Amino acid sequence: MTQIMLTGSGGQGMILAGIILAKAGILDGLNVTQTQSYGPEARGGASRAEVILDTDEIDFPKVVAADVILAMTQEAADKFSPKLRAGGTLIVDPAGVHTVPAVDGKVHVVEITKLAKEVTGRTVSANIVALGAMNQACSLVSPAALAAAVADSVPKGTEAVNQKALAAGIAAIGA
Amino acid sequence: MPNQSRVLMQGNEAILEGALAAGMRFYAGYPITPSTEIAELAAERLPKVGGRFIQMEDEIASMAAVVGGSLAGVKSMTATSGPGFSLKQENLGYAIHGDIPCVVINVQRMGPSTGLPTSPAQGDMQQARFGSHGDYGIIALTPSSVSEAYYLTIRAFNLSEQFRVPVILLTDEVIGHMREAVSLPDPSELTVAERRKPTAPKGEHKPFAPDAKGVPTLPNFGDGYRFHVTGLIHAEDGFATSNPKLVDQAVRRLTNKITDNIDEIYEAEQREIADADIVVFSYGGTARAARRAVRMAREKGLKVGFYRPITIWPFHDEMVRNAIAGKKAVIIPELNLGQMAREVERVAHGTTTVIPVTKVTGEILTPAEILAAIEEVR
Repeated sequence: MTQIMLTGSGGQGMILAGIILAKAGILDGLNVTQTQSYGPEARGGASRAEVILDTDEIDFPKVVAADVILAMTQEAADKFSPKLRAGGTLIVDPAGVHTVPAVDGKVHVVEITKLAKEVTGRTVSANIVALGAMNQACSLVSPAALAAAVADSVPKGTEAVNQKALAAGIAAIGA
Repeated sequence: MPNQSRVLMQGNEAILEGALAAGMRFYAGYPITPSTEIAELAAERLPKVGGRFIQMEDEIASMAAVVGGSLAGVKSMTATSGPGFSLKQENLGYAIHGDIPCVVINVQRMGPSTGLPTSPAQGDMQQARFGSHGDYGIIALTPSSVSEAYYLTIRAFNLSEQFRVPVILLTDEVIGHMREAVSLPDPSELTVAERRKPTAPKGEHKPFAPDAKGVPTLPNFGDGYRFHVTGLIHAEDGFATSNPKLVDQAVRRLTNKITDNIDEIYEAEQREIADADIVVFSYGGTARAARRAVRMAREKGLKVGFYRPITIWPFHDEMVRNAIAGKKAVIIPELNLGQMAREVERVAHGTTTVIPVTKVTGEILTPAEILAAIEEVR
């Protein structure tokens, strides 16, 4: 079982990123659940999407101990990083996270928002860059499934630009 | 890449897809969190399949419109949450007394009153059974996954037509807003119950005369039969009566048509009950945490079984009694202050220790909290 949290502030596309990751899991033949925070918490403050991927039947649909946490903002990093399991992976965007919280695990600092702007001209594709980086760092789903799930989920006409964003995230981690 | 036929779907979306597959073609509602996606999708989808969506001025009116739609012969539904479910009770009672099939979705949120609109809860369990005044039987189903929400919505329509009774799909924010993989079947694989029509000639047919199961055969408005529907206690011809014998028959039939057919209506999932010392009884979204807790307990060598009612009303006393007989304890985790534990306690009747695990913080119960209750049993 892999437990993943995608955290940031409302409007950063964390829920869409979670949906894309869950769709990719389905394409790989995995069981998936995707949940999110609703309500006042999701508006402006720290918001999150959670994804669980498992070859087995998934019982509890919420993250108990995260294998991977993406944090796009300082508030989200501070609030959710205690959920990281020992030896897990924290991925932060320095555009939002100035002080990386201390965690017992790996940390990747990836210029997610900056790369999105450089490669696509739009910061709105930062969530897709983040998915590329997360998957390259942690091998959550197959690269082909992730690319297919991105293509299936983004607005028509933006497929190519989003594939560029995905590739930029993958390249930021490297082989 | 196998399993390409599986699609990612939200619980509320699966409910609407299930309703459409069951033949629902009329939706009247008043949107309320956390059920709103159902109304949004109904508004988008129904006009494309020859159906109608109407947003009424409130929940009372929307329930009235559902009653009207069903009497006209169209499978009808509404969806709501806590405060809206309270408002619907008056016309829900009318539908019960009029033997009018319909489906009411209640995506439970934290109450009482306006409560916590976006937080999960299971606080309407008893209201679903006893929310309207007077004596009656009702059916309520509780899904524990997105896929089950799809199939139980179809089953809700089928049971509603077969027993001419409102069926409540009693779900919660956890299931309503969660996304999971669902394999949508080919429509030809589904069993869909259609409404029975009168066979007696016009003028002779008695709309409220029960069949062997206690279920009457009402004509649809527009079929050409002349008949009367009222919230007053009525005889088999549909007209009001205060004749004590006929009143007794009419009221008892509303309960008996459900309890006499409980084995056809009732479904439950049971895992590892036979050798268990302890049974965890859990339903709806909470059952997901409970199932995990039971697995964790088994890994620790504890003999724990799992009982999940899928049909929550009617309550199957005999099945529950058999599942908990001779056990050291039955643990009932739920997001309320013990509403179903009360039923289990009634059935246990002092022979098995009943341990409610309750939570009303607006958060869901975790596997660790349920496991702790299991481990406390001595």
